[in-house]
Amino acid sequence: MIELLRRPWPWYIAGPLIGLMVPALLIMGNKTFGLSSSLRHICAICIPSKIPFFRYDWKKEAWNLFFAGGIIVGGFIAGTLLLNTQPVQVNPKLVSELFQYGVTDYHSLVPRQLFNWQMLFTMKGLILMIVGGFLVGFGTRYAGGCTSGHSIMGLSNLQVSSLIATVCFMAGGFIMANYILPYILTL
Amino acid sequence: MSKVIPLRRQKPNTDFEVRSLDAYDTEQPEKATWWSYGKYLIAGILFGIILVKSEVISWFRIQEMFRLQSFHMYGVIGSAIVTGIISVQIIKRFHIKTIDGERIELPQKRFHQGQVYGGLIFGFGWALTGACPGPIFAQIGSGAFVIIVTLISAIAGTWVYGLAREKLPH
Repeated sequence: MIELLRRPWPWYIAGPLIGLMVPALLIMGNKTFGLSSSLRHICAICIPSKIPFFRYDWKKEAWNLFFAGGIIVGGFIAGTLLLNTQPVQVNPKLVSELFQYGVTDYHSLVPRQLFNWQMLFTMKGLILMIVGGFLVGFGTRYAGGCTSGHSIMGLSNLQVSSLIATVCFMAGGFIMANYILPYILTL
Repeated sequence: MSKVIPLRRQKPNTDFEVRSLDAYDTEQPEKATWWSYGKYLIAGILFGIILVKSEVISWFRIQEMFRLQSFHMYGVIGSAIVTGIISVQIIKRFHIKTIDGERIELPQKRFHQGQVYGGLIFGFGWALTGACPGPIFAQIGSGAFVIIVTLISAIAGTWVYGLAREKLPH
């Protein structure tokens, strides 16, 4: 059993389980699935700086931070007890493309050759981790949600605005991955 | 009875993830017990395990998705949406209540331009980091500690949005 859980889970198991987070949170306490707002609550706690956007009673939203904290714990369990020691299986086309940029190690889900402390001091690492993180935080809040809040929660509730947001997430990702990222990886 | 915090806002609230700011705000339980937050911690743990084991937190899988080289991510997100739609329909049809007996309220997300501009900006960040906000937490937990820097940067991005909000088109 544990051996089976250690292998990568297929989409038709993982997808429906993720989808069940929507009714689970609603039934647990009328909470809508979404995680980008946790970043806003952290701002409200740490550095509200009289900005109206961060002036609210974050304690009422504390559930979202427990949910986010749980994800860290869940990630730890999956990365230790349920660790898959095999390299990530990816499309050979991607393998040959990334080979040109010196990415050859597929043993961790987050590529160690690109995301590590030394890389933070290079232009490539700075763009991938710091600029990338900034765009995620800024963009999700501007859009009013992320993959969970818009693409899963919003679309589950058949919201047109969430469909528009999701199309834009994908368009942005396509442009970056295919037209801009290749240049960044050569830096 | 709903209690709304008085808050002076120049623009309508376009962010429905902070429910206590909405008219939908529901009464908090009289006294918070371990369980009132513990249940969300447990839900988070399960979600974190699913995110890692399905490899959706992998930068490699995100690159495959945006290059149309694998069905995996589309399968995960697509089947999650279908499951979500069916669940929400069941909740609405049968008037299912929360475990505390409250009526389930679903906020309507109104369209504003931010969903286009912000959506594109987030898409750029998603392809760079290989992570959206949920997976950032899972990546850190699974041992990629350097991603703490990405998380801090994402918090900074959110803060700058809050600062610049009134000047941005919505």
